[in-house]
Amino acid sequence: MTKKNLVVVGNGMVGHRFLELLLEHGETERWNVVTFCEEPRLAYDRVNLTSFLGGKSPAELSLVAPRRYEDAGVTVHLGDRAAVIDRQRKRVLSAEGRGIPYDVLVLATGSAPLVPPIPGRDAWGCFVYRTIDDLKRIRLWAAQIQTGVVIGGGLLGLEAAHALTRMGLETHVVEFAPRLMAMQIDEGGAQILRCKIEALGVSVHTGKNTTRIVSRGGRVTEIRFADGGVLSTEMVVFSAGISARDELARNAGLEVGERGGIVVDERCRTSDPDILAIGECASYRGRTYGLVGPGYQMARIAVSTLTGGDDRLGVFDMSTKLKLMGVEVASFGDAHGTQPGSRVVAFTDAISGVYKKLVLSSDRQKLLGGVLVGEASSYGQLLSLTQSRAALPPRPEQLILPRLEGGAALPGVDGLPDGATICTCQNVGKGVICKAIRSQELTSVGAVKAATTAGTGCGSCVPLLNELLACEMKRAGKKVSRNLCEHFPHSRQELFHLLRVQGIRSFDELIGKHGRGHGCEVCKPAVASMLSSTWNEHVLEDRHLGLQDTNDRFLANIQRDGSYSVVPRVPGGEISPEQLIALGWIARKHGLYSKITGAQRVDLFGARLEQLPHIWRDLVAAGFESGHAYGKALRTVKSCVGSTWCRFGVQDSVSFAIRLENRYKGLRAPHKLKSAVSGCARECAEAQGKDFGVIATEKGYNLYLCGNGGMKPQHAQLFAIDLDEDTLIRYLDRFLMFYVRTADRLQRTAAWFNNLEGGIEYLRQVLIEDSIGICAELESDMARIVDSYRCEWRATLEDPVKLARFRTFVNSPEPDPSLVRLPQRAQHRPATWEEKQLNLVPQEAE
Amino acid sequence: MTAIALELDGAPWEDVCALDDIVPWTGVCALIAGRQVAIVRAGDAVYALGNLDPFSKAYVLSRGVVGDRGGIPKIASPIFKQTFDLRTGQCLDNPAVRVPTHEVRIERGRILVRREPRPGDHDGA
Repeated sequence: MTKKNLVVVGNGMVGHRFLELLLEHGETERWNVVTFCEEPRLAYDRVNLTSFLGGKSPAELSLVAPRRYEDAGVTVHLGDRAAVIDRQRKRVLSAEGRGIPYDVLVLATGSAPLVPPIPGRDAWGCFVYRTIDDLKRIRLWAAQIQTGVVIGGGLLGLEAAHALTRMGLETHVVEFAPRLMAMQIDEGGAQILRCKIEALGVSVHTGKNTTRIVSRGGRVTEIRFADGGVLSTEMVVFSAGISARDELARNAGLEVGERGGIVVDERCRTSDPDILAIGECASYRGRTYGLVGPGYQMARIAVSTLTGGDDRLGVFDMSTKLKLMGVEVASFGDAHGTQPGSRVVAFTDAISGVYKKLVLSSDRQKLLGGVLVGEASSYGQLLSLTQSRAALPPRPEQLILPRLEGGAALPGVDGLPDGATICTCQNVGKGVICKAIRSQELTSVGAVKAATTAGTGCGSCVPLLNELLACEMKRAGKKVSRNLCEHFPHSRQELFHLLRVQGIRSFDELIGKHGRGHGCEVCKPAVASMLSSTWNEHVLEDRHLGLQDTNDRFLANIQRDGSYSVVPRVPGGEISPEQLIALGWIARKHGLYSKITGAQRVDLFGARLEQLPHIWRDLVAAGFESGHAYGKALRTVKSCVGSTWCRFGVQDSVSFAIRLENRYKGLRAPHKLKSAVSGCARECAEAQGKDFGVIATEKGYNLYLCGNGGMKPQHAQLFAIDLDEDTLIRYLDRFLMFYVRTADRLQRTAAWFNNLEGGIEYLRQVLIEDSIGICAELESDMARIVDSYRCEWRATLEDPVKLARFRTFVNSPEPDPSLVRLPQRAQHRPATWEEKQLNLVPQEAE
Repeated sequence: MTAIALELDGAPWEDVCALDDIVPWTGVCALIAGRQVAIVRAGDAVYALGNLDPFSKAYVLSRGVVGDRGGIPKIASPIFKQTFDLRTGQCLDNPAVRVPTHEVRIERGRILVRREPRPGDHDGA
C-alpha cells in the first residue's frame, strides 16, 4: 500500500502533540510524515519558558524525547521554514528551497509576539519574549544594565517582569489598559494584584500609552508616553500580545479571521478540504486562543479528522490558575459576567491582599465563573462546581468569605460526580483518581501523582488530591496518619523536632516524655537514626545498642544465611594498587567472597559475627574506614574520571567527589543517601539518578537533588547552576539537614520531594533564599556532625565492651555450625537450606 | 569452656551466662545441648526461644529488635522482621507459625535455661 504524504508545518507544543497522537495511533503505517520546524530546536515547553532563566536547560524543557521522530520515521526539517503553499500542485516550498508534496497539510504555525508600531522599537535593548533564543539575548543584555521595562501587563508580561527582577534589574511594567491582566481578571482583582506586585519592588504603570522609544548611540535610554510622562530604561521587553502566524494561509488564499488566524470548523478543517489548522494560528468561532489547552484539544480533533473519526471541537474553557511573582491568580468560567442576568458577589481584603469574586446565575442556583487573587486554594473546587453545574448551597457568598462560625464549607470534593475534572492540566477526572487509590491501595499524594499524573502539572489541584485521599482511605478504614507507630502519637518530623529542641539523647527519655510502652522494630531504629543525625554518638553504646536495626547492630550487612558482608569506604571510587592488594589479601586470609559493587567499591561476604572485629582490624591497619553500607546513611559519592585524565572532563570530578564523600560520611538519614559527581555533560557518573548529583560545567558545577534509583527510578531535579565548590557544599549542608529533619521514616529523597508542596521552587526558597529562616541552623547542625565524625569501626576496635558483643554464642567459642559453604566459580557460596538438610555437614543435634 | 549443667526439679538445666552479660532489651545466643537458643532480656524478664527464624531459615532471632505490641513482649527477626511473642514463641504476624521456647530462671545473677524446649507443636530445629 503506498503511503500518503502528511506535512505538518510548525513543531511547537501543539505541532508536537499532534505528531505524538498520530504516532500513538500508529498512523506512520499509512502516512509519510514530514514536519518543518522554524526554530533551531524541536518542540519545547513554552508555557514554562521562564524556567530557562531559572536554570532549566533547553534539553530539560524539550518535549521531544531523543530520537523520537527519527525512530518513528518522521522527517524533520529543523531550522527550515515553509515559505509558500502551492495548493494547485499540493506542494509546500521551504525557505531553503525544498519542495515537499502533500496529500494532507496541517498548519501549526503558532503566533508571533505583537510589537506595537512604536517609533524607536528597533533600538538595541528591545526584545520580545517568546523563544529560548529571545531569553538568551535578554539574559546577555541584562547582565550589563540596571533597569528594564516590560510593555504589556498581561500574563506573559508579568512573567517577564518576574524574570527581570530575578536577574537583579529595577523593573517596571507598563500597561496600556487601566488595569493589569485585563483579559483574565477584573478591576477588583487587578488592584490587589498591583499592590502585591509593587510590594515586591516592581513599579506598575497602567493607563500608559507608549508613544516613543528613545535611544542614544543605538541603545535604549528611555520611553515616552502620550501623557508626556517619561521612564528611563536600558531594556524594553515587548509582551503586548500575540498575533497568529497566518501569513502562509493568507498568501495561499485560505480564509482568515477578521482578527487574524486561519479559519477552521469544529473538525479543524480550513477552507481547503486537504488543509487543517491547529493551535494559536487557528481562528475558531471568531477568535484565536493563546492557551495550550485549546491547542491540545485541536490536535486531538485533527487526528480524529485525519483518521476518519467524528470528534468535534466544543467550546473552549479558558480557565486558568497561576502563580505570578508569588501571587496566586485564578480566573474561571465566565469571569467577567458577560451572560445577561448574571449576578456577582465579591470579597475584597486589601489588608491581607485577597480578592474573590463569583459570578452566579440569575436564580443564584449555579456558579458561572469567578476571579481569585491572592488566595486561590479553592480554585479546583470552584472550577468543578462551574463545570458540573451542580446546585449551589443556599448562601453561595459563603464560598468566598473567610470561614466563620457556621459558615458554609465548600461542598466537599467527595460530593463531586465521578466525571468532574480534578486536574485540568492533565485532564484527570475524580473517578479515575478514586479508582486508582482504591485498586492500588495508595496512601500518599506522591503515590497518587505517580499513578494518575494528576497534580504533576501546575499543582493547584494537590489540596483536592489530599482531600480525596483522606476520604478514600477513611472509607477503606485506614487512617491517614504520619504517626511513627503504636508507641508514639507523633510523626517522625515532630519527634525529630522534640528530640532536637529538648536535647533528648536517649530512647528511654524520648518514649518516657512523648510515647508509651516499650517500643518496637519500627520506632527504635527510627529513633536511633534521629539520635545519630542530631548527636552523632556511637551507635553501639549500650543505651543505643538495642535500638539498632539489623545491619547497624553489628556494623555489617546481614546476608540470607545470617553471615555478614563487609564494605570498606573507597571515597570517590579512587583506589590505589596497595589498597587493592590489601583487600585481596584480607579476603583470602578470612575466607571471604569478594565482589565489586555498583557504588564503585568492594564488598566482602561470608563473615561470621566473631570474625568481624578481626577483619576490621586488618582493614583499619591497611588504612580503610567504615563504608556505612550497613546504615541508612551516606553510601558513596561516585565519580567519573574527570579532567585529570579524561579528554572531555571540564572539572576535577574525582577530587570533588572525594571531598564530598569525606565531608558527609557518617551522616545518618531517614534512608540511604547516594551521590555522584560527573566531570562533564556526558554524565558518566550518572549523577542525575542520585539523591544529590553534581555535574561539572565550564563555570563550575550544577547541583541536582532528589533523584533515586531502585524499583521506581526518578531523575533528580536541577536545583542551581554554575556553583563553585564552597557554595555547592553550603547548599548541600542545608538540603541534607532539611531532608533529615522533615522526611518520614524510610522515605527516600524522591518520595519526600514528590510530597513537598511547591516542589523545586519551594526548595530554592527555603534553601537559597532562606524563606523560613532556618539556613543558619541547618548549617550549624551539619557542622556538628561533620566535626564529630570518627570511624565507628575504629572506635569499636578500641572498646573491649563493644568488642565483646561480636560473638555467636555467649557461652561457647564454637563458630556457627549452620554456616555452610559450597564452591562456585572461582569462589564459594552459602549452601541453601535444602542442601544443608541433605546433611553435607553435621547440623544441630535433634 | 564446658557447658555448665544442673539438675533442677529432675530436669537438666544449663547456666548460660550472667544477667549483666546481656544489655537490657537485647538478646544473645546460647549453645545448649547442640541447639541454638536465643536468650532475650525484655524489661525485668528474661526469655528463651529457638534461634532459628522459620521464615528465612537463618539462625538469627537473638539479634532482633526487642519491644512490645499492645503490651505483649516481642522480638522481630532481623531478616524479614516477622515478630514473635517472647512468652510463647507465637508468631504475631502468622498464626500458623510458632518457635520453641525454654523455661528460664534467674538465680544469683545467673541465667539458667532448661535444656529441653517446652512441649507442643512448633517450627524449629
